[in-house]
Amino acid sequence: MEKRLKAPVAPEKKIGNIIAVVLIAAVYVLLYLLDNVLPTNSVTTMLIPVLRKGAIYAMVCVSMNLLNGFTGLFSLGQAGFMLIGAYSYAIFAIPAEQHAAVYQYFEGGSIQFSIPQVLSGVLGESGGAFLGAIICLIIAGAVAAVFAALIGIPVLRLKSDYLAIATLGFAEIIRAVFQWDGLGKITNGSNLLRKYTSFSDMRVHAGDTTIKFDSMFPFLIAMLSILIIVLLVNSSYGRAFKSIRDDEIAAEAMGINLFKHKMISFVVSSFFAGVGGALLAMFQTTIQAAPFRSTMTYEILLMVVIGGIGSISGSCIAAFLYIACSEWWLRFLDSGALPIPFVDASIPVPFFRDGFRKVVFSVIIMVIVLFFSRGIMGDKELSFSGMIRKIKNRTKTAAAAAGEEDAQ
Amino acid sequence: MSEFISSNLQYLLTGISVGGQYALIAIGYTMVYGILRLINFAHGDVFMIAGLIMVYATASLPIYVSIILVLAATVLLGVIIEKVAYKPLRSAPRMSVMISAIGVSYLLQNCALYFTGGLPQVYPEIPFLSEKINVGPATTPMVTLVTPVLTLALVIALVSLIKYTKVGIAMRAVSKDFETSELMGIKINSVISFTFVIGCFLAAVGSLLYFTAYNSVIPTSGAMPGLKAFVAAVFGGIGSVPGAVIGAFIIGICENIMKGLGWTAFSDAFTFVLLIVILLVKPTGIFGEKSTDKV
Repeated sequence: MEKRLKAPVAPEKKIGNIIAVVLIAAVYVLLYLLDNVLPTNSVTTMLIPVLRKGAIYAMVCVSMNLLNGFTGLFSLGQAGFMLIGAYSYAIFAIPAEQHAAVYQYFEGGSIQFSIPQVLSGVLGESGGAFLGAIICLIIAGAVAAVFAALIGIPVLRLKSDYLAIATLGFAEIIRAVFQWDGLGKITNGSNLLRKYTSFSDMRVHAGDTTIKFDSMFPFLIAMLSILIIVLLVNSSYGRAFKSIRDDEIAAEAMGINLFKHKMISFVVSSFFAGVGGALLAMFQTTIQAAPFRSTMTYEILLMVVIGGIGSISGSCIAAFLYIACSEWWLRFLDSGALPIPFVDASIPVPFFRDGFRKVVFSVIIMVIVLFFSRGIMGDKELSFSGMIRKIKNRTKTAAAAAGEEDAQ
Repeated sequence: MSEFISSNLQYLLTGISVGGQYALIAIGYTMVYGILRLINFAHGDVFMIAGLIMVYATASLPIYVSIILVLAATVLLGVIIEKVAYKPLRSAPRMSVMISAIGVSYLLQNCALYFTGGLPQVYPEIPFLSEKINVGPATTPMVTLVTPVLTLALVIALVSLIKYTKVGIAMRAVSKDFETSELMGIKINSVISFTFVIGCFLAAVGSLLYFTAYNSVIPTSGAMPGLKAFVAAVFGGIGSVPGAVIGAFIIGICENIMKGLGWTAFSDAFTFVLLIVILLVKPTGIFGEKSTDKV
């Protein structure tokens, strides 16, 4: 038997991988500290929600990027699939005794069990909450994926702008269906769903000490999802997606089944949008169909554009930046005064009032769309080995230049 | 049948009127799409801004001056949007232009949110249009009856403009073939600007009629009519003005009949069901021309 030769791993790649692993570990240590050790002060109360929401939006952006950036399908249905995911999660995670309160207008609803609760009976409280939440998240993704498969059959035959408007339309239809009183026993009509398992239930009791996983849980799920999408993009399916994006007719001529691959991309993207929607439901602790409008899809799309269409690391960076700016760093624009850094004082500015932050935000976005249309990363990925190589080359050329100067 | 009509007369009248208002917006979509192959996502928001300008203008100006101001300002806004957000991207991929349009829509909505403080703005009463009259068993504001007449008059004027004037011929040439018409000496940019002028003028007229019937303006009140008008344009065959008008009337009437039948929750969703059905059955719409993709 012939032994396959293994290509030697470049030293930069090895170091790059080590840096990546160290950084990820550092993030989790930080999250652990934030959840359990660090005291609450003005910074952590802002940082924690920003990190959680950022992680959720990062995975939703990556799932949208899989469609728009890697497969070239301009779909605007993301909010609809997130809505399906959020509702599927919440419906199966409301504890049985809370049904009467939550579904007060619909005689307690028709589903009378909760998966985390059923599992708690077997695995204990924390085990049940963890496994139950994960099962509900998978259900959320699966329901969104099934809807996507059904919607995809008619819609994926359409071309660019028609596809955009049809998916947007489907998202609106989904929203109308979930708000319909006729399904009230399941969806609670246009009322809130609440009291389901959320991040604050993600705790492990070991003896007297309790370890909280409030922020680590969304990060773990988001990271796992993004990892799966990365693996998909780098597989032969991913190469087929990219060839469809670059030239549909050529791809078809090379023997790629257009419909099948578009469908895979659409279903996978919707699965993770559904999981993302479910995480958002966990984050918010209450969920309602009304905010899942087209504006939400537009925001996600704009994050993808800021990060760079076709760059997964770009989407992640952009999602965290966008959430941090809109929830934290640019908050002062709405507050009526300009704070002076490091001093507990501020200058009143009359036009800094409610909504000004969003205006500034949309102007920044327009500038990016018009003048920096490649976004932060373009279609490249963040790579530590690439950075190391660049630094090495630069020092090498600098050394060479210095050597030349010496010779002269 | 006559019983059905008499009991649903109110909805039928509103339907025809709303259809006319959608038609005025839809023309803007269909003409811009015909020439630039761009879904102008911001068009619905331009329509909403026209409503807000009217609210703020009437606070200090007489009503007829305000109306003229609204028409002029809306047209100016449309032309500025085209020059700033779409023109620099003329050679960019279609997805970029669409993203730019979405960005403009987001910007306009956020500006409206900032200036209104998120509160619904009460739309001024326009004399004559706001007066109530009785039609058989139904009571309705005058605007319900004025809209279809005014819409048809404007559409006839527009169709003859496209058919007989030099600008109209240039517009048709550009929508047929962008590059060739440029080679033939047509000033592409002024034709495109003119398209936006017409589209925004009609959207402004539409907003006068629509908001007189609905009484209040909020930052998102342009989004749904905008999407519906776009569906109407697709339904009628995108690029065709009469098609868009017929599509808009059908959507307006069906939507309101659904409300009459007690299906209010689905009246918005219905429009999109219609869109998906038409895209599957006849993707080119009722009056659309067949186009083939060349390699």
